[in-house]
Amino acid sequence: MKRLSLILASAAALIAAPLAAQTTAITGGKVVIGDGSAPIEGGTVLIRGDRVVAAGANVAIPADARRIDATGKWVTPGIFAGFSRIGLVEVGAVSQTNDMNATGSPFSAALDVQYAINPFASAIAVNRAAGVTRAVVSPSTAHSIFGGFGAIVDLGQDENPITEAKAFQFVELGETGHSRAGGSRAASHAEFRALLEEARTYARNPAAFDSDLLKASDAKALLPVIDGRTKLLIHVESANDILKVLDLRKDFPALDMVLVGANEGWRVVEHIAAAGVPVLASALSDLPYGFEDLSSTQSNIGRMKDAGVKVAIGMINDRDAHQLRYSVQYAGNLVALTKVPRATGLTWDEAFAAISSVPAEIMDMGGQLGSLKAGRKADVVVWTGDPLELSTQVEKVIIDGVDQSLSNRQMRLRDRYRDPTPGALPKAYDR
Amino acid sequence: MKSRTLLALAAGGSLLAGCAATASDTRSASAATPVRVSASSGPAFPSTYKAYPSNPTAITGVTIYDGEGGRIDNGTVLMADGKISSVGGPETAIPSGATIVDGSGKYVTPGIIDVHSHLGDYPTPSVDAHSDGNEATSPVTPEVWAEHSVWPQDPGFSRAMANGGITSLQILPGSANLFGGRSVVLKNVPARTVQAMKFPGAPYGLKMACGENPKRVYGNRNRIPSTRMGSLAVERQTWIDAQEYRSKRNDGKPQKRDLGKETLAEVLDGDILVHNHCYRADEMAQIIDMSKEFGYKVTAFHHAVESYKIADILAKEGICSAVWADWWGFKMEAYDAIPENAALLQKAGACVIIHSDDENQIQRLNQEAAKALADGRAMGIEISDAQAIQWITYNPAKAMGIEKMTGSLKSGKMADLVLWNGNPLSVYSRPDKVWIDGALMFDSSDPKRRPVSDFELGQPGEGDVK
Repeated sequence: MKRLSLILASAAALIAAPLAAQTTAITGGKVVIGDGSAPIEGGTVLIRGDRVVAAGANVAIPADARRIDATGKWVTPGIFAGFSRIGLVEVGAVSQTNDMNATGSPFSAALDVQYAINPFASAIAVNRAAGVTRAVVSPSTAHSIFGGFGAIVDLGQDENPITEAKAFQFVELGETGHSRAGGSRAASHAEFRALLEEARTYARNPAAFDSDLLKASDAKALLPVIDGRTKLLIHVESANDILKVLDLRKDFPALDMVLVGANEGWRVVEHIAAAGVPVLASALSDLPYGFEDLSSTQSNIGRMKDAGVKVAIGMINDRDAHQLRYSVQYAGNLVALTKVPRATGLTWDEAFAAISSVPAEIMDMGGQLGSLKAGRKADVVVWTGDPLELSTQVEKVIIDGVDQSLSNRQMRLRDRYRDPTPGALPKAYDR
Repeated sequence: MKSRTLLALAAGGSLLAGCAATASDTRSASAATPVRVSASSGPAFPSTYKAYPSNPTAITGVTIYDGEGGRIDNGTVLMADGKISSVGGPETAIPSGATIVDGSGKYVTPGIIDVHSHLGDYPTPSVDAHSDGNEATSPVTPEVWAEHSVWPQDPGFSRAMANGGITSLQILPGSANLFGGRSVVLKNVPARTVQAMKFPGAPYGLKMACGENPKRVYGNRNRIPSTRMGSLAVERQTWIDAQEYRSKRNDGKPQKRDLGKETLAEVLDGDILVHNHCYRADEMAQIIDMSKEFGYKVTAFHHAVESYKIADILAKEGICSAVWADWWGFKMEAYDAIPENAALLQKAGACVIIHSDDENQIQRLNQEAAKALADGRAMGIEISDAQAIQWITYNPAKAMGIEKMTGSLKSGKMADLVLWNGNPLSVYSRPDKVWIDGALMFDSSDPKRRPVSDFELGQPGEGDVK
């Protein structure tokens, strides 16, 4: 199913690509592959059509290639935001523009963000200009522990944002799950098990399905979760909630689980590692926001990485619809921890991988996205310097091999008010 | 990580936990003047803060950002008796007996100051029982004092020190109300009581709010204000009543003490500084006219995401803008926020402050200043590194009326300073040591020099020290 949709997505991208697949060579820059390997000085990134052909040192450049000189610059894969709500919100507090959840809908697991994601949202343009090229987009939840289907998107300026629809199902099993299920973790786990059992009932005879618990559409949506065809992204923070989630495999052995958040992951890290469950973790959580986060620490990701957990940076409930551009700052802070006594951080190479190849791998798309290895989608960013450093600016963004506009309404406002005093005409004429 | 403010909005909540506040004043507050709180027996709820013991200390070979736009390479900073005694180059004489800290490869700044925080009144854990920042039962509550809500055991204070180098901060009431109440200025020292954190001699602030929050909170209850015009009407009538109270007070006419009007009268006296949460440029202009109508001064607009549209007016009026580097889009009045806001204000000669309103970003105001600096330079505005440091040191101190005591590295000022393990404008740098009034309150290399709140003692992570 996943492969099929990838093939379809590639076909669509090829159609959108220039007629004769153009070859582009970005030369002379410090090239970051994104797979955790060290940057390569004076490297070349060669793109043909929508794919990376080669990246690194000693890349042969075809004579007819368009050349982009990146001498003195850094060249990296685009940032892959491991967990977000981008495209679902224009203005957070304006409910008509906020599609994160559906408090008045009778549906839950069947809700599908692919129909809500707006490729023309301001946040897509703003974060594209900051070097974010792909993102995991998840619904949040309303009356059920299940939020619905999430997607993988690109942040390109075209009208086709979806890289993979129905990439995963989202469920809350921590404090939010407690609340959604009626006020107890006993209830959230009962709801989880009962709804999955109802989905099995549905599968045995869809025509006769008549449930007090679940609508047929929701049952249909949960079926592929049970047998692992659809990933299940589970938001939990506390050590105990993580253990209880890992135990779900005793009853549902095929669940393809990814933990989201996991602020206390370091406390049960050997269990997470043994289960082989990857994590989309919040990078800088370090306060007891709730009792589920009592032992939050910025060392969480570093400790989980050291214990062998596959862990990438996600941004659940942290300005996750508007500020994916924080990804680089968060990764940089994890590098900073390597100089702090008693803290555990990531090396620079690991930190960059945590916002490029690792989230792509966690979503089973590492063969297509998230790095500059040959054959990957050509999502490439040219930066004025170290992409994790605060002083660095984005110079160029390429998505699916296509040069992207970096313009957005923030830049237009900036330019209009460069000098705030109106001239011969009011500011409204200045554009 | 969670953001209370944004979560509340996303949930359609009626209250903002924080508020994205405003404020600061360019008129120099007379910090040395005791704050008149009541007619009776001296200041109420007086500060009991006393500096902790300190040793004469010299930081040598260090890069210094002095907080007022100055920079010294290979510099020396001397502290003695809780004060800064000397700041200079390598030739600076070091008294015998001073503890010497090798600062080579490191940077010193004044202690970082946040003009807008809700640590203590919206502490973590963010449970309902801790929600003490908005007295959202009336749009006019100048009678409440934020210090009566501050929980000194908020774990956020320790993170602000250890990761952010915060040494002073202003705790404000939230923005549900037009008149939210008095703020309190604190030294970021752990204490059993809030009185033992109160910054001695700091003036009070008055938190005000315009825009979406008050009209949403009270409009939802079918009460005034449900509109922006309703907000201005309530505010003007409140000032009229305060003028009458103040006039009687000045004439020595007998009248019953009124806590709210007492505060408002002291604003009209110029003794309490107005910190006005306000996002939109057009609304800031309205507030400025209202302040002129009643003869008070807005010290700072907080959040002020549209200040860049009226940077010339704000410069002329001498009003600071306390802003984020790049927050935007979470509500309608934040829709036109741009990352160049701070730099455009600096270019226009207006006062710039980077603030947090957030228990996470208070841990990296240095990074927020660095981002705002970088976005300004990218559009061609020349701002020095040292000027960007002023946005999180001297300028907030000025807006809080404590700039004669702290906020820059000048001889005789409180020895509130941070030694960073690299350039604080780099993402890779963190506080190495933090001194408050000369006392070493945080040392990254000494596990014992890191505070752990009562709430976190004995918990699994024990305040992020395990």
